[in-house]
Amino acid sequence: MTLVIDIAWTHVTARLRQTFVGIFGVATGIGFSVMMAGLMEGSQNDFIRQLVDSMPHIAVTDEQRRAPIQPATEQFDAVEFRSLSTETERRGIKNPLALIEALESWIPGAVAPSVTTKALIHSGGRDLAVTVIGIDPKREARVSKLESQMKEGQLSSLFKASNAIILGDGLAQKLGVTVGATLSLATTTGTPVFARVVGLSHAGNRMTDDNQAVVLLKTAQILDGRTALINEIRIRVDDVMAAEEIANRVERQISYKSTSWQESHQDILSAFQIRNAIMVMVVGAILLVASFGTYNIISTITHEKTHDIAIMKSVGLRAATVRSIFVLEAAFIGGAGTIIGWILGYLLCFFVGMIEFRSGFTDMTHLPILYAPKHYAVAGGVGMLSSLIAGYFPARKAARVQPVDIIRGAS
Amino acid sequence: MTTPLIEARKAGRILRGEITTTLVTDISLSVMPGEFVSITGPSGSGKSSLLYLLGLLDIPTEGEVLVGGEATRALDENHRADLRLAMLGFVFQFHFLLPEFSALDNVLLPMRALGRMKDAQMRNRATDLLTTLGLADHLWKRPDQLSGGQRQRVAIARALANQPSVILADEPTGNLDTVASAQVVSILRRIVDEEKKAVVIVTHDPGLAAKADRQIQIIDGRIASDGLSANQPATVAS
Repeated sequence: MTLVIDIAWTHVTARLRQTFVGIFGVATGIGFSVMMAGLMEGSQNDFIRQLVDSMPHIAVTDEQRRAPIQPATEQFDAVEFRSLSTETERRGIKNPLALIEALESWIPGAVAPSVTTKALIHSGGRDLAVTVIGIDPKREARVSKLESQMKEGQLSSLFKASNAIILGDGLAQKLGVTVGATLSLATTTGTPVFARVVGLSHAGNRMTDDNQAVVLLKTAQILDGRTALINEIRIRVDDVMAAEEIANRVERQISYKSTSWQESHQDILSAFQIRNAIMVMVVGAILLVASFGTYNIISTITHEKTHDIAIMKSVGLRAATVRSIFVLEAAFIGGAGTIIGWILGYLLCFFVGMIEFRSGFTDMTHLPILYAPKHYAVAGGVGMLSSLIAGYFPARKAARVQPVDIIRGAS
Repeated sequence: MTTPLIEARKAGRILRGEITTTLVTDISLSVMPGEFVSITGPSGSGKSSLLYLLGLLDIPTEGEVLVGGEATRALDENHRADLRLAMLGFVFQFHFLLPEFSALDNVLLPMRALGRMKDAQMRNRATDLLTTLGLADHLWKRPDQLSGGQRQRVAIARALANQPSVILADEPTGNLDTVASAQVVSILRRIVDEEKKAVVIVTHDPGLAAKADRQIQIIDGRIASDGLSANQPATVAS
């Protein structure tokens, strides 16, 4: 084996320029693959984290998956009714406290009631349509990040005034109001209320900060005209990834539509799958191009070394030994390229992560990079494998050289 | 009765293609231990082709070649390679040394491939061989730092490395000046006389052929004569 190593090592070190080009090709492929994977998965994780943080993991709403079957449809198969008025029920989750208690008994996490409604805010001659969320501040602190997102005031400030309201800072800016200001809220169904601004929140997500206001549960119930009813139960689970399974169980248990964060953002998560597929193809293409470099170098060496191959085989080296010499040369190039590629990949991640930028949509100021060993392992593994495959074919061809053909040609 | 080191039984090599070419045909001969055999003949007569058959570098399309009594025609490539490594040594017209390796490393190559000796033993043997051939001061030189004669002596040392039974040399002096040629012939002679190995050389040089004990003349791919080198070759009916 040491003979094979010696010959292979001598071949690659005797052609330093070619060898460095090959190593550089593999290293560049692996380095950029690591960077791409880190950047793509980093941004994906960051985006998902923001999604998960900005809302409860599971939202139970006062809806059913399927529209309720009307009595006439159910009971009178043989008779056709026309112009029937459908039976309507009062919207809202009934008996909320009992339901919450039942859910809290088994859900690993926290549960909080809320009323979500659309309202029109009027202040200083400006009207803005917003989402108003009524919460129980003590419970809400356990199901959302709202408390930590308070820019001015606290969540408990909602108790300081009757009809207190917390505005997203973007919304406050649009309305031109600050803490202490009074504004009016109105919906199509309930009673208009005057509310005093007791705090400003900043989620870092423009959709939320520009369009959301938070009030006490009771205030929202009055505003929406549904006293003693809620229309949403907000659940935060300990294991974010278990949200979907828990949501299904909740729905089976209490019949109300229970939506996990995964289901709410299915379109985005599907887009991520497509993005990941694109990433795999791009990374694969980069590594494939790098492997062409290795193939080229090993092909050149075997071509230049045809006489040496004939010598070795005439002396009595087996075809497999000759083949292993050139595969090992590819392994040297692939191995060195992998190690340098890892270093290059880390440095690229580091420097790309330092690039500063501003976006109007989020607070993010740097590209999010995920430093994951699996990126290095996969890129290195694929790079090494492609190098070996690239080296194998010319090596196989080299091993098939018949020494007599070369010797005859030289005589 | 001593088994011949190499034996050809009606061996032939025909290249089949658009034009069928008979390189050698109906060759029957034996090489015994301690024999110094020369194969001569005009250019294109099939001398080298015969040597390649005898050295298992080529496979006969007819007849059989036996090495150490073992029929080789049906052997797979690995088995043939193993026989070459252990029993045969080659010297070619062009030295065919590995260019990036020193003289010592070139001589070590077959020993390391065979793997029967320890590293120190191999190194000692390679050094001894090169020293015996007058290359003690050139152990670490690469082929491009050696003269033609020195390269050929390194090639002979490599051929002797695994103590083969037979040395097969194809025009070993074809590229050398008179002095270097004489040195090479003298070395080959010594191998036969002192080590009792068989040497088979292909040459078009009558002077060199005359130094062999036995001369085989090839004409048009057939043995035209095979006899002792007392200038009285016995004609062989083919």
